[in-house]
Formats: sequence, structure tokens, C-alpha cells
Amino acid sequence: MSYSTKVIEHYENPKNVGTLDKSDPNVGTGLVGAPACGDVMRLQIKVNDSGVIEDARFKTFGCGSAIASSSLATEWIKGKTLDEAETIKNSQIVEELNLPPVKIHCSVLAEDAIKSAIADYRKKQAERRASGTGQ
Amino acid sequence: MALKLPIFMDNHSTTPVDPRVLEEMIPYFTTKFGNAASRSHKFGWEAEEAVDHARERIAKLVGAKDGKEIVITSGATESDNLALKGVAEFYRDKGNHIVTTVTEHKAILDTCKRLEKQGFEVTYLGVGKDGRVDPDDVRRALTDKTILVSVMLANNEIGTVQPLEEIGRITRERGVLLHSDAVQGIGKVEFDVQKMNVDLASITAHKMYGPKGIGALYVRRSKPRVRLVAQMDGGGHERGMRSGTLAVPLIVGFGKACDIMAQEGKAESAHLLALRKRLRERIMGKLDEVYINGSMEHRLPGNLNLSFNFVEGEGLMMAIKDVAVSSGSACTSASLEPSYVLRALGVGDELAHSSIRFGLGRFNTEEEVDYVADLVVSKVTRLRELSPLWEMHQEGIDLKSVVWAAH
Repeated sequence: MSYSTKVIEHYENPKNVGTLDKSDPNVGTGLVGAPACGDVMRLQIKVNDSGVIEDARFKTFGCGSAIASSSLATEWIKGKTLDEAETIKNSQIVEELNLPPVKIHCSVLAEDAIKSAIADYRKKQAERRASGTGQ
Repeated sequence: MALKLPIFMDNHSTTPVDPRVLEEMIPYFTTKFGNAASRSHKFGWEAEEAVDHARERIAKLVGAKDGKEIVITSGATESDNLALKGVAEFYRDKGNHIVTTVTEHKAILDTCKRLEKQGFEVTYLGVGKDGRVDPDDVRRALTDKTILVSVMLANNEIGTVQPLEEIGRITRERGVLLHSDAVQGIGKVEFDVQKMNVDLASITAHKMYGPKGIGALYVRRSKPRVRLVAQMDGGGHERGMRSGTLAVPLIVGFGKACDIMAQEGKAESAHLLALRKRLRERIMGKLDEVYINGSMEHRLPGNLNLSFNFVEGEGLMMAIKDVAVSSGSACTSASLEPSYVLRALGVGDELAHSSIRFGLGRFNTEEEVDYVADLVVSKVTRLRELSPLWEMHQEGIDLKSVVWAAH
């Protein structure tokens, strides 16, 4: 199977690789997949006070398409509000990267990673408000 | 000599045709093009003579008594099918039980599955952590209904060489036929149908620097005489066991490839062992968390199967795209399941996904090995920087304690 040019481009020059501080209340972390399934994505977002994702980072264990999907996901969500980021669908990733059917699960994982990071961020914020330390 | 890219290090999948093999084949495409079954003219006689000569060479490599014990087929898949289905059908009245192992090639396992649908019973023996089947397990599996045992000479993924001589002693003593898929090991490790009491053996030309599309099944003619029901009907070629016009140029090439193996196999194995040692030491000396899959002691000299923990196999292959290797990762298989061979050894799925098979061959050089080793080290290091699992491992998190959201 050969890879699309866009997958190769993201794989060779992945955007936004890295780690954000998990304990930062403005950071949401999503960890999806499983080593036994052959792919694990960790996607992190840093959200500013106006609810906009100002930074996003990822690390991925997986094939080229999985790495490309997560790289693309971080690019797309940067600068978006949480509500906007939540509307990203795996089918858009499939289309953009020209993923073949056997690689669709990589895009599903990337969508899950975005949603999971947002959920983690919201949970943290809710906990902060509940404990009265919120601004 | 300058290094030429891409580098082929996937010699278990296939091998290039040796120029000496090709040279012998060429006249049989153009001037000596006769049908080996034509009895009435020189073209036919010439072709038949060439086929007989090749048959003798093939027979010699497997240790057969003469060329009449060699049935030409289209390759090892057909040989495996003919051996299992042909024996099962012929000896059906004697018994309906077959014994094999879980790490056999799909040509054996899928043939067994079909036979099960037809009422045969198949015992699939497990293997140890080193990939070897225990001969005592074979002994215990035999019943008075057992007609055939099929155990490969060497595994195609992990290169594990099976204790065929011990197994052959057991099957001979019990009067059960022994078949071996000898495709990967023939010429590279010891194999002799007499010494090992093997009654049927599958081999193919393209794994030993011969052409694709041609193989053979060794069928013992005496003590015991093995009988088969043909699976292909037609002109009654190959003493009725496999009809179809013989592919003379391919057979000539196959014979030459066997001849080269018989003469140079030993020296070649020593060369491959040295290359493998170099590859292994150069990679494992510089990287942590690399695991060898399968026995190092009982192993094909050109095989190295490594799992690079925290890095996914297909992702790694993409990073070393100028090097042809293969992986047990699910992403590389149509089934999306990781290698069943590695699973059978008890290798966890995560490490199976991280496996790479290096298959060294006749034409690989030390320069290539050094290039590949250094490339692998640098790319694994890069991919680990990208891997959340590596980061967690560095932080001291036990990945087995994490509750993963399986998908």
C-alpha cells in the first residue's frame, strides 16, 4: 500500500509534537487507543480564557496514517473555540489525508482524541468551579 | 562500492533470480522451447532431458533417492495443498486425523481448515516461547486414526528451525506419514528426507534465487511408498499426480538454483550468520527495549526478528522506506490482526505490533547491514520521541497498569 503525499508530509514533518503540563488547569489531555491495538494517541490542548484553543500538542504510537491524522488534528484545532473543535469529523480527516479504508480507524482515533481532550478540559474546569477556586 | 538504494532485506518473502540461474533458463524460452511431453521429435526430447536433469538436481538437494520422487508444481502453496489434500483423500479409509502446528504457513493452516469442513480432525500443536514444537507433544497427539503429521522445517517469520529429525523418528515408528514445508530452510539449514524420515516435502524456487511460479513436492516412493490423489485432472503428467504442461524454462532454473544451493549453501549460511550478528549487535548495542522473537539457537542464519518496544512496526517501516523489510504489525496485514506466529510464542500484542523481520540473503553486503542498522537506530529514536508510550515508560509508568480504552 502506498501513502498519499499528505500523509507522508505530515509523517515526515509532524506539526505540534510535544507535551503540555497535564496539571495545568487550562490544559486538557486526551489519551485514546491501546498498545495492544497498535495505536495510542495523546492529544493535549491549552485553552485561553475566551475558550479558544491557543496551543495543541500530540504524541502518537502508531502507523504513518495515525501520526499524520493526529498531526493534522492539532493543526486544525489550534485557534478554534472548543465548540468549533468539537465539530471536526473523522470523515474530514479521511478526505484531507486521502486515507484508504483500512486506515479509517486512524481518523476515528484522532476525532476521539480531540473530544477526549476537550472533555478532560471541561471536567477540570467544572471541578475547579465546584471547589471554588475558579476565577 | 557505493551503496545502492533501495536495499532489499526481505529475503523470506522472495529472492532475486541468480544471474547464473537466468543464464541457464534463457535458451529454453526461445530455441529449446519444446513440450516435455512430446515424444515424437527432438524439441520434445530436448525439453524432457532438461526437465529430468533439473529433477535430479532438485532430488539431490532434498536427499531424495531419484528424480522420480519429485513432483513439479507451481510453487509451495500448491505443493502443500497437494500433500495434505492428496494424502487425506487417499488414506481416508485408514484414518481422519492430521497433526500440525499453530505456526505453520497459511498454505498449511487454511488447507487444514478446509479438510476439517470435510470431516477430518486436525490437532494444532502449540509451540514454546522459542517457537519450537516439542516432539513429545507430537507423540502424545498421535492416535490410531492419525494419517499425517505436517511440521515446517523453518518458520517464515521468526526463522525457528523445528526438531524434524526427532519428529521423524516418532512418526516412522508409529507408521504415520510426515510432511514438511521446507520452503524457508532448504539449502540453508540441514535437511535430508532420508535422515529425517520425511515422506513428503514442499519446496519452491523463488526463495532460493530461482524463478517464481515453480515448486516441487517430494513424494517418497519406497519404505513407505506414499500415495496421493491428484488434485488437478488432465493429461496425467508427473506420474498422474499433477497434470499440466511442464514449464520447462522455470524447471531448468529451479534445478540450477538447487545445484547452486547444494554447492554453496554451507558457505552462504556462514556469510549470513556473520551479517546477522553484525546487524543485531549494531542495533541492540545502541537501543534499549529491543527484543528478539524466537530461538537464537535454532534459527535460519539470515533471519532476525526484532520488536522495538514503544514504536509501531508499520510506522517504523515507513521511516526506513529505502529498506525493504516486513512487520508482524496488524497494520500490514489485511486481517488487521497482529502476527499469529508471534502470538503463538506468547509475545504480547503490543510487541507484535512493534516487530520487524529482517531477512538477509545471498546478495546483502556488510555496507548494507551497517547502513540499515544505523538508519533503524536513528528512526527508532525519532519515533520514540513521538511516542506517548516511550514518554510514559521514561516516567516510570507501568503500561500494563494503565486502563486503555480499547477500540
